[in-house]
Amino acid sequence: MVKGLFNISRWEEAFANMDTFGEGMLMTIKVAILGLLVSLLLGIIFGVISTTKVKILQIISRIYVEFFQNTPLVVQVFFYYNGLPQILQGILGTSRPVRLSKLLLGVIGVGFYHGAYIAEVIRTGIEAVPKGQTEAAYSQGFTKIQTMRYIILPQTLKLILPPLANQALNLVKNTSVLALVAGGDLMYHSDNIVSNSGFLQGYIISCVLYFIICYPLAALVRRLEIRSKKTPTPKKMKPMEVA
Amino acid sequence: MSVIFSKANILFMFQGLWLTIVISVFTIFLSIIFGTILAMFRNYCKGRLKFLSVFASAYIELFRCTPNLIWILLLRFTMKGNAVYISILAFTLFTSAVVAEIVRGGLNAVPNTQFEGAASQGFNFFQTMWYIVLPQAYKMLIPALLSQCTTIIKDTSFLKAVDIQEFMRNSSVVLGSARGIAQITALYGFVLLTYFVLNFALSCVVRGYQKHLAVS
Repeated sequence: MVKGLFNISRWEEAFANMDTFGEGMLMTIKVAILGLLVSLLLGIIFGVISTTKVKILQIISRIYVEFFQNTPLVVQVFFYYNGLPQILQGILGTSRPVRLSKLLLGVIGVGFYHGAYIAEVIRTGIEAVPKGQTEAAYSQGFTKIQTMRYIILPQTLKLILPPLANQALNLVKNTSVLALVAGGDLMYHSDNIVSNSGFLQGYIISCVLYFIICYPLAALVRRLEIRSKKTPTPKKMKPMEVA
Repeated sequence: MSVIFSKANILFMFQGLWLTIVISVFTIFLSIIFGTILAMFRNYCKGRLKFLSVFASAYIELFRCTPNLIWILLLRFTMKGNAVYISILAFTLFTSAVVAEIVRGGLNAVPNTQFEGAASQGFNFFQTMWYIVLPQAYKMLIPALLSQCTTIIKDTSFLKAVDIQEFMRNSSVVLGSARGIAQITALYGFVLLTYFVLNFALSCVVRGYQKHLAVS
């Protein structure tokens, strides 16, 4: 196997399939971006309602988070693929199972799964800013919006941006789950190419392609982590001019 | 309904669950060992041993930026032998990188004075690590490592792709014979619930321990 790695004709053959890799990569990126939007939306909604004082909203948010965090993404996606079409058929009364498109399958899959993680990130971020900050801001005459804008949000954002970027990174990696349901993503196409050709160049190329997508995200996580550990320094003030 | 949840089917699925647990336990133990070694390479290898630090960084970045599934497939394709061992190896390769980042966070959180104190008492590097730094780091890391366990348990379901007889794969075999909405829903419910119970129990332990840490 290792010998085959240095076989140039095999590499040429693998690179001849570059169109298919491109198609898969496009699908992966599409699923990742749409999935990220869905998960951010869900995460913000559920994260914010879990910090409200309304008990029922807290419970709903808890159930959502615990359910999606504690069950595998693979099972969830298989459910959307196998189970949901038949259930939808029963509900809608159509003559055939209602199949979801592969793109929708992926977006719903990773979106709902990572939405639960993002909800937790946002909840802990909001809860981490002490109440005294709000009170102090009010005592200084800040309005509600000003308090949010200048006092609370900068502190929350600093805390939640690193784990959020980390979730984005995991989300991109988890889009590969689509390969298990023939989703037409990068992983699926490369697996196909490998099983058709019988040598592993396809995996290596897709490894590199995943790395190209993910490395900037990983670098971003690291930068944000370093930034969030720095203690803020006051801005330099211009000395007041005495008229 | 009685056909789907027959004794044989349930037994078959729980055999899969057992394999899932075995793979997860081996993976987490091996990953903690390799992850710690990688983290120490990355953090402390300087001077002539700099290449070890560079190797560890490259390893961590490579596995952090590629999906788990690709390593499962790649190893399964290239290696011959017991499929279960190969999948444990694939998981360990991948998880070690994640654990290394977790452990590094813990090592960085141990204050520098601990090293200086140990050096002043004549501890060498390995003694300092073993008796002073690692025990403190691990104590802080237990919650993060346990959450990583739940991730591993969930990710073992990826092994369905290479037909290892773990819980998800065995359940999908049973699912193949399910007919009608009621059976399919019941079976998916059962699979989701089983994973949920396993992982929720673990996350309850995490939360309990975090409270315990906060109190002490």
